[in-house]
Amino acid sequence: MIKLDFKHGCIDMSHGSGGRAMAQLIDELFLPLLAGDGLAQGNDGAVLPPVNGRLVMSTDSHVVSPLFFPGGDIGSLAVHGTVNDVAMMGATPLYLSASFILEEGFPLANLRRIVESMARAAREAGVAVVTGDTKVVEQGKGDGVFISTTGVGVVRDGVSLSGDRARPGDCILLSGSIGEHGMAILSQREGLAFDTTIVSDSAALHGLVAAMLDSGADIRVLRDPTRGGLATTLNEIARQSGVGMLLQESAIPVNETVGAACEFLGLDPLYVANEGKLVAVCAATDAERLAAVMRAHPLGASAAIIGEVIEDAHHFVQMATRLGSRRMVDWLSGEQLPRIC
Amino acid sequence: MKFVDEFRDRELAGNIAFNIAREADPEREYRLMEFCGGHTHAISRYGLTDLLPPSVRMVHGPGCPVCVLPVGRIDMAIALALSQPVVLCTYGDCLRVPASSGMSLLKAKAQGADIRMVYSVTDALALAQKHPEKQVVFFAIGFETTTPPTAVALLQARALGLGNFSVISNHVLTPAAMHAILALDGGANLHGFVGPAHVSTVIGSAPYAPFAEQYRKPVVIAGFEPLDVMQAILMLVRQINAGRAEVENEFTRAVTPEGNRKAQVLVDRVFELREGFEWRGLGTIPRSALKLRAEYADLDAEQRYGLVYHPVPDSKACECGAILRGEKRPQDCRIFGTACTPDNPIGSCMVSSEGACAAHYTYGRFKDIAVRAA
Repeated sequence: MIKLDFKHGCIDMSHGSGGRAMAQLIDELFLPLLAGDGLAQGNDGAVLPPVNGRLVMSTDSHVVSPLFFPGGDIGSLAVHGTVNDVAMMGATPLYLSASFILEEGFPLANLRRIVESMARAAREAGVAVVTGDTKVVEQGKGDGVFISTTGVGVVRDGVSLSGDRARPGDCILLSGSIGEHGMAILSQREGLAFDTTIVSDSAALHGLVAAMLDSGADIRVLRDPTRGGLATTLNEIARQSGVGMLLQESAIPVNETVGAACEFLGLDPLYVANEGKLVAVCAATDAERLAAVMRAHPLGASAAIIGEVIEDAHHFVQMATRLGSRRMVDWLSGEQLPRIC
Repeated sequence: MKFVDEFRDRELAGNIAFNIAREADPEREYRLMEFCGGHTHAISRYGLTDLLPPSVRMVHGPGCPVCVLPVGRIDMAIALALSQPVVLCTYGDCLRVPASSGMSLLKAKAQGADIRMVYSVTDALALAQKHPEKQVVFFAIGFETTTPPTAVALLQARALGLGNFSVISNHVLTPAAMHAILALDGGANLHGFVGPAHVSTVIGSAPYAPFAEQYRKPVVIAGFEPLDVMQAILMLVRQINAGRAEVENEFTRAVTPEGNRKAQVLVDRVFELREGFEWRGLGTIPRSALKLRAEYADLDAEQRYGLVYHPVPDSKACECGAILRGEKRPQDCRIFGTACTPDNPIGSCMVSSEGACAAHYTYGRFKDIAVRAA
């Protein structure tokens, strides 16, 4: 059989048919790049060794457009997104599954680039891709490639993080500047493209989480503010915990380029997606110490205490503005759109 | 961020707020209308009312293009998009405006109409160039700020000989709406105007002179940054205290007395006044909107498709009309925040972020609840 042409070749329907072409794609692309212990077993499922502790499992589908963006691509994003969801439960991520939905005609060169990036991200994060699947849909029925990943991790004893544990008096911490992923993507969108140096913050956060847990600080909630941005994540936590929040606008880090891009598109960085940031709610007495631990980690260098949890039967997230006034930071309604006049 | 942070400075805002509080007479009322939705949004987003004394009350005006668009115009666009093989392009906010029979452009899109959100008329023109086999119709809305780009697109379409591009013009005029508001009760209810920012860059400050001279209402043109608005409020308080009624310009960095002559010429070449146009909340206002000139009739979608406008009364429960006239506040409406929310808007003021209801719901509604609890 002739080897796959990674320069000029394309995905065709046979690559998802379960026949020889599919076997070849797995043998020549997925296995060499992603070969973990489980994947190499060549079975319908991966048999994994026993673990010590409670299991955490999380799943996420990735449909980003464009597939390649400054600071990452759908491959690295599919690893980081799921690793972070597992990490937000306080767990150490161990294994990933990866399921690809490919569109007929998708260039093999791009697919290889994506799988390479995925393999690199998994290696750096110390997780193994142990099982996977490939399906092909007809041209026009997909958007190049969709990737679903499921992650499994183990959570250490004594750690119990949940969105319903925020209590009035707790402090709210943020690991760094917001809006970079969303603006990096927007800068590449057709019809909206603009020149910028903004790079996605896509990163695996479990190392930072481990350092935070090691500090012994009384952490109640961890969550990564992805779709809907910081504002949406905080509203989710407020509702889940039955509390309100009061943020300090001046404490929320926004990179100047992101701020400027948001400004001219009429967007609010509070609602723009992140892929390498986390929000922590912790006991007030531990907040300064936890912030220092976060700042000592490369992915938390500009971590800040951005507000406090307050009593509020309506679960409103309020913000003390730079000007000295107060306003609400509401749930995102619809899509954020540039102003029209 | 240079050229932005300077206009959001806490200390300067504090100074202006201090002066407003010192100079505003607590025994009288200063009811100031910010005409523009951009100002409504800025006031809500920056919580500026927190910085004002109780005697200074901001009244939201009708300067939100989506808010003043009557239901019948949206109905017309929906009927066109559903009945003809056209691509209807418009700004994002328009898609969610509630129309008759529970419809909206967004729902028409879900029913199969080819309706697309664009960021500017240029995108619609580009679509027409790229797809000569498709009829592209741009549903144009907005005040004097968005009219020049529509004019340019029409001139380009003509120059390119594009036979597949046309426009439904809903462009409206700011001074006409200000006249209509003042005509309601002779303007007894208002003491001054914060004049539009971007609109004034196009039309200049001169067109506001009649409001100062005829109606004796001070007008201060202001930028959209919080310090611009605060400074304009201070200037209005000073005029009112001194018994003056003048047009003053706080936004000198962008607005001149004569405005953007080039843009005005382009608009004039393509558009002419409609005899009358219905505004939501304000009724039919004579000479308040623009239509395509006869020379451009072939690019006028209303003529090309024989579109007919049918006026439709607003929902009875909705107070958008009174809110747009400055007679009521969003929180005075029975359905505000209950049946009518940004996710499920009943009135147009709840749709656009520049709408008074959406702005108050998004940024300020926690204050109503605190008041009720007290």
